Amino acid sequence: MDIHEYQAKEILAEYGVKIAEGGLAYSPEEAVQRAREIGGNIWVVKAQIHSGARGKAGGIKICRSHDEVKAAAEELLGKKLITHQTGPAGKVCSRVYVEAGTDIAKELYLCFLLDRSHERIVMVGSAQGGMEIEKLAETNPEAIKKIYIEPAVGLQDFQARKMAFALGLETAQLNQAVKTIKGCYRALRDLDANMLEINPLVTTSTGELIALDAKMGFDDNALFRRHKIAELRDKTQVDPREVAAAEHGLSYIGLDGDIGCMINGAGLAMATMDMIQLAGGEPANFLDVGGGASAERTEKAFRLVLADKGVKAMLVNIFAGINRCDWIAEGVVHAVKNIDMKIPLIVRLSGTNVKEGRRIIAESGLPIIMAETLAEAAEKAVQARNEMVAKQGEHSGNSN
Amino acid sequence: MKWSQNKGNTVAILINETTRIIVQGFTGKIGTFHAQDMINYGSNVVGGITPGKGGQQHLGLPVFNTVKEAVQQVGAEASIIFVPPAFAADSIMEAADAGIKYCVAITDGIPTQDMMTVKNFLRRFPEKERMILTGPNCAGTISPGRAMLGIMPGHIYMQGRVGIVGRSGTLGYEAADQMKALGIGISTSVGIGGDPINGSSHRDILKIFEEDSETRIVLMIGEIGGPQEVEAGIFAKENMGKPLIAYIAGLTAPEGRRMGHAGAIISSAGESAAEKVAILRDLGVTICPTPAAMGTTVAEVLRRLA
Repeated sequence: MDIHEYQAKEILAEYGVKIAEGGLAYSPEEAVQRAREIGGNIWVVKAQIHSGARGKAGGIKICRSHDEVKAAAEELLGKKLITHQTGPAGKVCSRVYVEAGTDIAKELYLCFLLDRSHERIVMVGSAQGGMEIEKLAETNPEAIKKIYIEPAVGLQDFQARKMAFALGLETAQLNQAVKTIKGCYRALRDLDANMLEINPLVTTSTGELIALDAKMGFDDNALFRRHKIAELRDKTQVDPREVAAAEHGLSYIGLDGDIGCMINGAGLAMATMDMIQLAGGEPANFLDVGGGASAERTEKAFRLVLADKGVKAMLVNIFAGINRCDWIAEGVVHAVKNIDMKIPLIVRLSGTNVKEGRRIIAESGLPIIMAETLAEAAEKAVQARNEMVAKQGEHSGNSN
Repeated sequence: MKWSQNKGNTVAILINETTRIIVQGFTGKIGTFHAQDMINYGSNVVGGITPGKGGQQHLGLPVFNTVKEAVQQVGAEASIIFVPPAFAADSIMEAADAGIKYCVAITDGIPTQDMMTVKNFLRRFPEKERMILTGPNCAGTISPGRAMLGIMPGHIYMQGRVGIVGRSGTLGYEAADQMKALGIGISTSVGIGGDPINGSSHRDILKIFEEDSETRIVLMIGEIGGPQEVEAGIFAKENMGKPLIAYIAGLTAPEGRRMGHAGAIISSAGESAAEKVAILRDLGVTICPTPAAMGTTVAEVLRRLA
């Protein structure tokens, strides 16, 4: 789960990381009010969306008057920002963070994340902050310092000092650097975050160390014990279909294609989507219905897939282990009868009680296309989708 | 590893028909269901653990308060974990501490930091005494015709000489099913699970298969995200005499999105399906071109060997 910059900054401030003075606003008037409270004569108005690279997308505005603050907030609030991380769909900004302008001397990079090879947290830093670390890793890998943290003992002072020196900080800044670095690590460990990035971490002309941006991602599996973090979820930043799916214990991700999918198991789901693509189609979604797929759950999954009006055909692929094909078949028949599907449905069942499952579907009298193998299922789905598109094209052609 | 105390029986890796199995989270609904299923398959389930219910009988077997008691009283050697996510890491460490040799963690949803703690705990044992852990978030391990320590539909696996290691449960079933349709059997199938930090990696299991006299070739079923498939490919090139075949799921997966499995998220270079396939091919691994061709690719490699 991701959170907003201002939320991450509030957390980090509690852990002793210095941040610029700032406040949240939902309207241009509130933004001006925040600027007044902060004082000074330069402010930064920042769009709060779950994505990096906001600057390039026009999501960060430097303002030199209250009128400029108001104008910046007016422009950003309600605006859809498109970055390379959001994809073409973009993300709508519904809150802005107004922050005191900082007199930047140097921009640095600091990040903590899980290294899966080493099975521990790695701290990554660079004296060349501000740019994307991925690009720096390509062009100048020597400029990146990595320090692995032993999980049983945690981050030690000497490691924090090592990082501070690698960041090119001066001896006078050492104490604050150690406090900042250790504060970040403690926040990550205490709150079950799996990613914490400060880009840039800046030094000011007076020698202070400030987190100018902050990004935190949390382990979804640990939210059950991090209630305060779970409450920070901003549903407007997530595809509403994914939110609805999560409420029913389903795992859904919307994609750009037009063949809807309902599959059990994440690996089989990915493989089926690959198979659709290899057969010349494009999946409309990833949907894992998981283990105990009851009739009710199956119907919810159907509604979720069909809520995407661009879907031209739907493929159900179930390999029953804990599930049984006859239960799934009953669920499918029940869902189709209740929903009044207007697009072709292809069903492939395999595993436990497969004969019984196929019999239930055949005897239902519903126009369901059956497939025996994975390859056959994908081919039939693509074929049915193509026929559907041709039919719709003909139809719209006649009506013109 | 092979257990020498099982002399006289056919030897499969990790488990066989005599391996004494206990179920952690035995009396719960899920634990009960799958314990019965394993018993029906022929696995040698000797009891279970539910703290506070020690001394009772469940499914005609003894219930213990601690894993240690099960090791002492019924000689438990392997365990399977159905404990809820919040308590599962603790159960895994209890098994390791009690001297269990092989543990399968089925539980889905264990926090990553808990798994870091588990791995750290396991590393403290000398390698020879260290419990082997597979999972969490997996379907378990099966040596067809001998024993099942998992939640898979046992009947789709035919006994034979192909080893399978994979992250996904149902995709592993798909592979076993395709192979059965072609008359190809499996020596052992090991699920390593879909989490970012898991007990054993693809490479760890390849090492075991390479030493297993009954396994002739190995099929690795991987997916997007993480370094384990490539590490396994490097291991195979440097240390394996047996042919390795691989399929990597997730060609259509968008970057930065978690595809169901917590581990299936592309976060750095070399982690997409296309990149992994290219690297593995360069390492001499035979690639299944599609997930529908896992069975036929295995058949082709077996034909070349014969």
